[in-house]
Amino acid sequence: MPKRTGSQIIWECLVHEGVTTVFGYPGGAILPAYDAMLDYPVRHVLVRHEQGATHMADGYARAGGGVGVAMATSGPGATNMVTGIATAMMDSSPIVCITGQVPTKLIGYDAFQETDIGGITLPITKHNYLVTRVEDIMPAMKEAFHLAKSGRPGPVLVDITKDAQQASTEWEWDPKPVKLRGYRADMPITSSDLAKAADLIRASRRPVILAGQGVIQSGAMEELIRFAELVDSPVALTLLGLGGFPASHTLNLGMMGMHGEAWVNHAIQEADLLLAFGMRFDDRVTGNLKTYAVHAKKLHVDIDPSEINKNVKADAAIVGDLRETLKDLLDILEPADHHSWRAHIDSMKGDVAVRDIQNLPDSGHLYAAHVINDIWRITEGKAVVVTDVGQHQMWEAQYYHHETPRSLITSGGLGTMGFAVPAAIGAKMARPDAEVWAIVGDGGFQMTQAELCTAAQEGVKINVAIINNGYLGMVRQWQEFFYERRYAATPLRSPDFVKIAEAHGLVGLRVDTRGQVEDTVTRARAEGGTVLIDFRVEQEDSVYPMVPAGADLHAMIRRPEPSVLAETGADPI
Amino acid sequence: MHHTLVALVEDKPGVLNRVASLFRRRAFNIESLTVGRTAEPGVSRMTIVIDSDQASAERVTAYLYKLVNVLQVEDLGAVPAVARDLALVKVTVAGHDRGALLRIVDETRAHIVDTGEQTMTLEITGEPAHVDAVLSRLEPLGIIEMVRTGQVAMRRGDTALSAAQYSWGG
Repeated sequence: MPKRTGSQIIWECLVHEGVTTVFGYPGGAILPAYDAMLDYPVRHVLVRHEQGATHMADGYARAGGGVGVAMATSGPGATNMVTGIATAMMDSSPIVCITGQVPTKLIGYDAFQETDIGGITLPITKHNYLVTRVEDIMPAMKEAFHLAKSGRPGPVLVDITKDAQQASTEWEWDPKPVKLRGYRADMPITSSDLAKAADLIRASRRPVILAGQGVIQSGAMEELIRFAELVDSPVALTLLGLGGFPASHTLNLGMMGMHGEAWVNHAIQEADLLLAFGMRFDDRVTGNLKTYAVHAKKLHVDIDPSEINKNVKADAAIVGDLRETLKDLLDILEPADHHSWRAHIDSMKGDVAVRDIQNLPDSGHLYAAHVINDIWRITEGKAVVVTDVGQHQMWEAQYYHHETPRSLITSGGLGTMGFAVPAAIGAKMARPDAEVWAIVGDGGFQMTQAELCTAAQEGVKINVAIINNGYLGMVRQWQEFFYERRYAATPLRSPDFVKIAEAHGLVGLRVDTRGQVEDTVTRARAEGGTVLIDFRVEQEDSVYPMVPAGADLHAMIRRPEPSVLAETGADPI
Repeated sequence: MHHTLVALVEDKPGVLNRVASLFRRRAFNIESLTVGRTAEPGVSRMTIVIDSDQASAERVTAYLYKLVNVLQVEDLGAVPAVARDLALVKVTVAGHDRGALLRIVDETRAHIVDTGEQTMTLEITGEPAHVDAVLSRLEPLGIIEMVRTGQVAMRRGDTALSAAQYSWGG
C-alpha cells in the first residue's frame, strides 16, 4: 500500500466522492491540507469570509443536487462558518465542512485559534466529527458524505487536527459503502400505511396537496404531477417547494402561508384533506395551529420520522422517500374528479386579482413586484434565482413563476440575510450553463457584498438585482403594521452600488423607472461578467397578503382595494 | 408526569454530550440521567427520566433516533418495567436515639455501609418512590449528605432490548 499523509487522504477522499469544487479560506491549522490541494484536480474558490464559503457550498448543493464542500481553518475560520451551517441545517441542505483543528496535544489548552467547533456546531449539524488520528480521516470523510446526502440531507462537519493532517499512513481507497449501526437513511414503506393513505385520499372531496422541498430532494416532480392529475387535487407549495411543481400547471395554486396568496390559504382552511408531501408544517406555513385546517384530515409523508406529529397531528403517515411513496400510491389509486372544488378555488382567485399589483395602473413608480415580474418575463422563467431574505424574497416567490426544480434557492428556515450573493456564486459553479440571478435587498447585500470580489476573481457570471428601498424593508413593514410606524433602526444608508460594482471591475447599472427595466435587464444578461443592477424601488411598499405571526391562516392583511385607494388619494401599493 | 426512556448508544467520545445537548436544545428538562455499560462491548445504556407528557416523550424518542450514535430507544412509560434507584445517605447519630435509626434501617431494607463516630452511612435501593419514602423518614434524624444515582430501568418479561435490531430511520 502506498503511503499518504492525512492531508493527501482528505483530497483523495474528496476526489473519490466526486468533488470538483471546494469553497474555502486557508489558515494555520488547515495549511497542510491546502498545501496538498495543489496536487489534486479540484478547483478551490477563495472566499472573502468563511460564511461565504458555507453559503456557496449550500447554493452549489441546492442548484446541482450534489454535496457542497467548504473548508476553513480552526478558531475564527470555523466559527465564521456557523451561520452558513445553521442555514444548511434548517433547509436540509447537504454540505460537508472541513475545518482544521489545533494539534491534538494542544486541544484543551486554549491554544492559538483553538475553538471547540464540534461542541459549537452540535445542534446545527446532522452529525460532526473530531479526527485526531490519520487512520480515522477516511472513515470520517466517507461517513460525512454519506450522512450529508442520504435520508433527510444536512450539513456535516469534519474537524481534523493539524497533526492528523501531517501524519502519514499506508493508505488505499476503501470502496465499501458506509454502514452505520445507528443510522438508516430511509425506511421501507409498508403496504398498510399505503392502504390507510389511499383510503383517506379516496374519501376526500376537497383535497389540497402541500408540496415542500422533499419533492425536489427526492426528484419527485414527475410523480407529483401524475399523482395530482390522477386524484385531481390542487397543489400548494411551501417557499422551499417552489419549482417542485410547475407554476403553469392548471392544478398549481402557488405559495401557501404567511405571504401566500389568499386563495391558497383559504383553500387550505376549507380543505377536507391535506396531503403533506415532504414539508414540515413550519409556523410560517400554518399560522395559528389551533385554527389550522380544522376540517381537514392530514396525510403526512416525510423521510424524517421526527417530523410526523411534530407540529400537526397526522391522521395517516408514511415515513420514507417521497418519490417511491408516490409511485406506490399511483399503483393503487383510481382517478378522481374534484372539478367543483377546483372551480370554487378559482372563484376566489378573481377576488384577489383585482388587488394584484400587476393589474393596477402603471403610475410611473418603480415597484419591486414589477421588477421581479419583468425579470421573470425577460428570462422566460428559466433562470436560477437565488434570493436573500425579506420583502424581495416574498415578492420573488409571488412574481417569479418557477417551472422546474432547483430553480429557486432561498434561505427559508433560518432566514439568513447575506445568503443570496454567495449562494448565487455557488449555484452558478454547480450549473455553469444556467442563467443565475441573485435577487437581494439593500440590507442583505451589504452583509456579504465582499463576495462580489470572489465572483470577479473567479470570473463567475451572475446577475445581482438589488431591490433597493432604503429600508430594512420587511422589518419596516412589521413596524408599519404592528409598531405604529415607529421605524426603529430600519432606515438604511447604502453606498453607491454602481461604484461598488465598478470598483470590483464589474458592470454596475441603475434603474429608477419601470421604463428602464427591460433594457437594463437585457443588457445585464448580455454582459460576459457579473453585473449588478441597483433597482431604486418604492420605499414604503409592503408585501400582501400577510398573515401576522401566530394569527389564523385565513386572517390575512390584504392589499387595499383600488377604489379605497382612489378615495384616500394614496398610491396603489 | 415522569417519563422513563432507555437508549442504547455507541460507546464513543461525546455521545453523552450529544444526548444531553438534544434535551437542552429541544427544551426538555432532564430529571435524571444515568449511563453505564451493557452486556455488549461498545454499547452503553442510558436511562433518562424526563418530566413530560406522552406526546412529548414520543417526540423526544424520534429526536433521539436522529442521533447517529443512538442505536435503540425504548419508552418504558408505555410498558411494564422494573425501576431502581440507589441512594447513599449520611445521617448524624449524635444527640438522638440510635435505636430509632436502626429501626428505620430494619424496616426499610436499608443497609449500613459505613459508621463514623458521629455519623452512619446508609445505602437505600429500590423503586424511586421507595427511596423517597425512606429519605423522608430519615429527614428528622438529620441528613448531612446524600447522593442518588438516578434511576435505571428495564422492561419486565422475556422481551429484551437489543442494539442489534434498529427500528427507526431518519
